[in-house]
Amino acid sequence: MDPTVATAVAEAHRREYALVLAAAARITRDLSDAEDCAQDAFAQALSRWASQGVPTNPGAWLTTVARRRAMDLIRHHDKLRDRLPLLVEPDLVPPPDVTIDEAPDVPDDRLRLIFTCCHPALAPDARVALTLRLVCGLSTTDVARAFLVSEPTMAARITRAKKKIAAARIPYREPPAAELSERVDAVLDVVHLLFTTGHTAPAGDRLQRRELVEPAVHLARMLHDLLPDQPGPAGLLALILLTDARRHTRATADGQLILLADQDRSQWDRAETAEGIDLANIAMRHRPPTRYVLMAAIAAVHAKSADWNSTDWERIVRLYDTLIQAWPSPVVALNRAVAVSEARGPAAGLEALRPLNDDPQLVGYHYLAATRADFLRRLGRVDDARIAYHEALTFAQNTAERAFLEHRMRELGA
Amino acid sequence: MAEYVVFIYDDEQAWEAADPLTYESTLQSHKQFIAANGASIRGGNRLHPSNTATSLRTGSRGSVTVTDGAFTEAKEVIGGYYVIDAEDLDEALALARQIPAPFGGVEVRPVWSDS
Repeated sequence: MDPTVATAVAEAHRREYALVLAAAARITRDLSDAEDCAQDAFAQALSRWASQGVPTNPGAWLTTVARRRAMDLIRHHDKLRDRLPLLVEPDLVPPPDVTIDEAPDVPDDRLRLIFTCCHPALAPDARVALTLRLVCGLSTTDVARAFLVSEPTMAARITRAKKKIAAARIPYREPPAAELSERVDAVLDVVHLLFTTGHTAPAGDRLQRRELVEPAVHLARMLHDLLPDQPGPAGLLALILLTDARRHTRATADGQLILLADQDRSQWDRAETAEGIDLANIAMRHRPPTRYVLMAAIAAVHAKSADWNSTDWERIVRLYDTLIQAWPSPVVALNRAVAVSEARGPAAGLEALRPLNDDPQLVGYHYLAATRADFLRRLGRVDDARIAYHEALTFAQNTAERAFLEHRMRELGA
Repeated sequence: MAEYVVFIYDDEQAWEAADPLTYESTLQSHKQFIAANGASIRGGNRLHPSNTATSLRTGSRGSVTVTDGAFTEAKEVIGGYYVIDAEDLDEALALARQIPAPFGGVEVRPVWSDS
């Protein structure tokens, strides 16, 4: 096997899988059949590109092959024959003599695919799994590994979701304008969940899981490309870029967690930071700003500050005030309390935290106890701080985060 | 086109405690729903309360036990249903949203089709 061909096919798989699958699905109207067609197109690419060279537009080549395969499939699928007149759009039949490299106007059905995978009628974990499998082209093995579940469990989850799509007839189309923003939000939530799960793994030995972060960045960028006029995707892409730009500064070489306050900002990824700030500015022009746009705006304030102390904390508090209106959540209130403590001191932070201590949604959320511990530590209330660190350690499961909390507790003295 | 059944679940105790205006406005909402979507509605009915239900449960050896009451014990029970036609789930959900269920909600289930 020519290594350049193998690389070209792998690269096309990573970049174009959604385009290829989505085009096949428009014809098969069945996601599993469409997956077979996409699979077949990539397999053909391996042999044909070796003999004929890599085409100038690999995505168009693969899409055309997958669509032809889909046409063959439904022609020969007896059980589907009665549905043929309904399904086949005349312009979809490629003329027999056209060479694949010349294939014109490949329809971009990626949005249909994304909206189907992220349909609110599917369970949230199924939406994430389907998106990784069908939009990003990850194998079931990789999706299972990313979510720390067994492969049979993940395979069953994906199969169940596909069955529901078929039985309940979850439509393969873009939502009507009236529902668009609500449905876009549902997609953004899936991508954001993917990113946060990868950015700070909820459990395990690694702080980050790049195998989740990278598809999340890819998806956010795809959404922004496909919906350039919507502020939500721009905001989410900005948030993800600005957060991911800090990836090399979040832990020491031996895996110790480094807080935002102590990170070496000169090591933040400049290209990601600059792009994130631009996108956040553009998205903030839409009124009223929505959840991810505001989160991006907050991240942008950090990105623009030379260090923690010179950060415009009052501006961050104001952004959090708006965010709580757009997205009432105790976790947002917790982050707001941190900003308050920086703008107005740890006592004010502790006061802002007070209503959260009894919030049922935050029971077992170790950041609450860790934040309280930090405020108490700064106020010199050593004994109270120690109790709070103990509480945080009861709930924290990520090894790097646990090590950080233990280190802070040791610093308090025995 | 596909067929869906929309089950209406409500808390019967809440209904008993409800004032007559709620009953009246719910009835009006049903009438409006039917008037606005006649072409998509294949059928539907209101049911007597669940204390009029009789359940037959199949035992391990195929024996059947007859019991008084709804099949599953839950706060919300089925109080009525519609059978609707819709192009896809989005259309079905758009219809289902218009069905009143002030003390519960509705469940949309696709009907098995053999074709």
